[in-house]
Amino acid sequence: MLAILVIGLLALLVVFLENTGIAILTPKGIIAEKQKQLLLDATWLMLIVVVPALFLTFFYAWKYRESNEKATHAPDWDQNIVIEAIWWGVPFIIVIVLSIFTWRACYDLDPFLPIHSESKPVKIQVVALQWRWLFIYPEEKIATINWVQFPEKRPLDFEITADAPMNSFWIPQLGGQIYAMAGMRSELHLMADETGTFRGSSANLSGSGFSNMWFTAVSSSEHDFESWASLIRSKAQPLNMDNYHKIAEPNDETRPVYYSLEDERLFEKILMQYMPKERL
Amino acid sequence: MFGRLTLDAFKHDAIEMGANYSMIFAVLLAIGLLTYFRVWGRFWREWVISLDPKKIGLMYIFVSFIMLFKGLFDAGMMRAQQAFSVGASHGYLTSDHFQQVFTAHGTTMIFFVGMGILFGVVNLIMPMQIGARDVAFPFLNSLSFYLFVVGAFLVNLSLLVGEFSAAGWVAYPPLSGLQYNPGVGVDYWIWSVQIAGIGSLLSGVNFLVTIFKMRCPGMTLMRMPVFVWASLGAMILVVFAFPILTATLAMLTLDRLIGTHFFTLTGGGNPMMYINLIWAWGHPEVYILILPAFGIFSEVVPIFSRKRLFGYASMVWAIIAIVFLSFVVWLHHFFTMGAGASVNAFFGIMTMLIAVPTGAKIFNWLFTMYEGRVRFETPLLWFLGFVIVFVTGGMTGVMMSIAPVDFQVHNSLYLIAHFHSMVIGGVVFGFFCGFSYWFPKFSGFKLDERLGRYAYYCWMLGFMLAFMPLYVLGLMGATRRLDHYDAETGWQPLFLVALSGIVFIIIGMSFQILQLLVSFRDRKKNADLTGDAWNGRTLEWATPSPPPFYNWPVTPEVYGRDAFWAMKERKTQKPLQYAPIHMPKDTAMGLYIALFAFCVGFGLIWYMFWLAIVGVVGILACLIIRLADHDTTYYVSVKEIEKIEAARLK
Repeated sequence: MLAILVIGLLALLVVFLENTGIAILTPKGIIAEKQKQLLLDATWLMLIVVVPALFLTFFYAWKYRESNEKATHAPDWDQNIVIEAIWWGVPFIIVIVLSIFTWRACYDLDPFLPIHSESKPVKIQVVALQWRWLFIYPEEKIATINWVQFPEKRPLDFEITADAPMNSFWIPQLGGQIYAMAGMRSELHLMADETGTFRGSSANLSGSGFSNMWFTAVSSSEHDFESWASLIRSKAQPLNMDNYHKIAEPNDETRPVYYSLEDERLFEKILMQYMPKERL
Repeated sequence: MFGRLTLDAFKHDAIEMGANYSMIFAVLLAIGLLTYFRVWGRFWREWVISLDPKKIGLMYIFVSFIMLFKGLFDAGMMRAQQAFSVGASHGYLTSDHFQQVFTAHGTTMIFFVGMGILFGVVNLIMPMQIGARDVAFPFLNSLSFYLFVVGAFLVNLSLLVGEFSAAGWVAYPPLSGLQYNPGVGVDYWIWSVQIAGIGSLLSGVNFLVTIFKMRCPGMTLMRMPVFVWASLGAMILVVFAFPILTATLAMLTLDRLIGTHFFTLTGGGNPMMYINLIWAWGHPEVYILILPAFGIFSEVVPIFSRKRLFGYASMVWAIIAIVFLSFVVWLHHFFTMGAGASVNAFFGIMTMLIAVPTGAKIFNWLFTMYEGRVRFETPLLWFLGFVIVFVTGGMTGVMMSIAPVDFQVHNSLYLIAHFHSMVIGGVVFGFFCGFSYWFPKFSGFKLDERLGRYAYYCWMLGFMLAFMPLYVLGLMGATRRLDHYDAETGWQPLFLVALSGIVFIIIGMSFQILQLLVSFRDRKKNADLTGDAWNGRTLEWATPSPPPFYNWPVTPEVYGRDAFWAMKERKTQKPLQYAPIHMPKDTAMGLYIALFAFCVGFGLIWYMFWLAIVGVVGILACLIIRLADHDTTYYVSVKEIEKIEAARLK
């Protein structure tokens, strides 16, 4: 009876996960793919220690239970250098292996490192507002709110700052996050391998509108991206430093808004608001 | 006169009022019961002004239990919101209220549950285990306790007067700065943590000196029980880490109060400095909580395996390694802040290294069971639960120490599942394990075994249901601290499962209350008159249960590890030659100082500066009076000792 219940629940879980999809385990970009691989490799390595530990716990507890009179009882046996060396040594070796992994991965997947590719990168500047995401495309001369679109198979150079409390910029299916901080410029380099629509969000508490701080990331074909950008450029309202201050006011709406970019140096100006005056 | 305190501070929504009424009701009930049974005098003399570490320890545990309920209630509110606040529905809490709830949950659980049970258990057990009669500075001990109570009180008071912080339990600026949070919430957080933190620092100094200076003859460092070693490790961390917290909070206070620019966005301030500082305290803090739990398991496993602890020396070195390493890993809390690859790699590797001594401890416990005689009583069950939860949590922890993996799960619910595995699996299970093990020591009777098992199974099931789905949710991209999400994310079913887990945990805690009541009812039946309820090995079992206030009529002498076991094997009874015992006089001065500290905190939260000045002057006056008083100790006469001992032996 219990077994049927457990199997039923597990089946339900599998169906549910199939339908919903686990973002990090179904990556759509090269960075997320590498990060997923790293996660899985590390898991297998650690299971070398974890499985015996869990197994031995229950095996020993059961085998040496009080009612089992046949088991040997050695109440004063409390030291053995050899076996202690094994459980200090084996995890230590695993940590050394993991360290090499980590060291390489930290350089490989440094968020500031541009992605090698033959195609030209797309430059997207990101500003975390209270509580919306502003995306500025200085080359396409457009800007969007809560919606970021880009062509597939082209590196994406994100430059990230905030005009708000600290946020974290995260598109799970494309790759890991980095903080968005006022007066700071962080970088993130991602690339989508295929077309699709992904959820992105802020991962760091930034005030009362925090839960609404998610956006839609769309990877489209080069052609679709171009026509999308030119449509916005021709039709949308202009954005410059003057009306920027209005959109930077607290607002937790999630719907996308589009602008044609009037001031190419808008991102720098937003950033420089926080520099001490004497240094300018 | 009242600063920024106006009548508006008392206006709340229905949920907050409900909490307030129940708090007020509980206080009135306690006052009523004390009055009805006419025990105010006894309560004052035997508990409030007591400097006996056993009583202070019990009071710590009592307060922590209450705060645990509050924290658990907060957790239930959060998950209830998340389970139903999907798509068009926005749940029953506003964003702001929800954020106050999770800030209060984190603050309560770390500072007023974790630290409370840590100091409670150390107070109760450690002095007895080293053969001492008291701690090094008994008055300081009472002061620490009352500062802790004032901190806890401020958190609860924020429900009634004003509001609590909505900036998360580590309150990162600029969100916690004046610019984005001008209200009293963050100030409540600062002062409750600051006052309790100073108490913790004083306790750390106190216990450190106690362990180094108050051991009985023959109790060399390498003969100390592992629980004492673990406490020593934790106290070294307290002494080094808590000053950082005090200084960081002081700087944040100055930013908010007089407009300095330590952590502001403008004027040359830098919030990243705060994040570094808070974790330079915050990471050791995690080990401050977990080390004593390791100590408890190191006591319990040998007893319930009827075997010596395996690998004593490597247990001790593991603790020392953990103490050292815990100070060089803080940056792993913010790999995503954009430090260079080498910095991230260094802190990642240091973090992984901690897994080595921790893993060695687990294997030492396993080999303590090997060729032992394992008795499946509640304390051992908690240990087994701990191994399952802690080992899986440790594994995900090592995963997150790889910076690029952390980029993907940082601040997601995966992280929440990880650290609750460590804190619930480690600290809370460790405490329950120690509580059921040492309960007969301070009460004189054992806890009901059957209800203890029910509680354990409910907790385990509840934990699995509440936190395993969070690993999956994290991998799905669900971040922490969300009060609302869209239906198409597909997260709701897992949030519902997580909510059901909280229900089982609450059932588990109800069994624990029932267990206390039933055990008290059956106390005659479960009585332990020997003082040695479990065939113990360490010195605390050499005293009667409950021990007299001076612990030992004659200071014990120790000839080896497992001191009491050795005494029992030798069966030599030294003729008892009583001598007058030097003990501290009880005093309420700690309470008075803490009350003035409350005035400082409350005054600065509400900008009632005259009250803060009254508080500072009061504290100084109390200190001068106390320091000028040279008549703080007395001798228990031989006659008195003989009377107490005779009454016991009868």
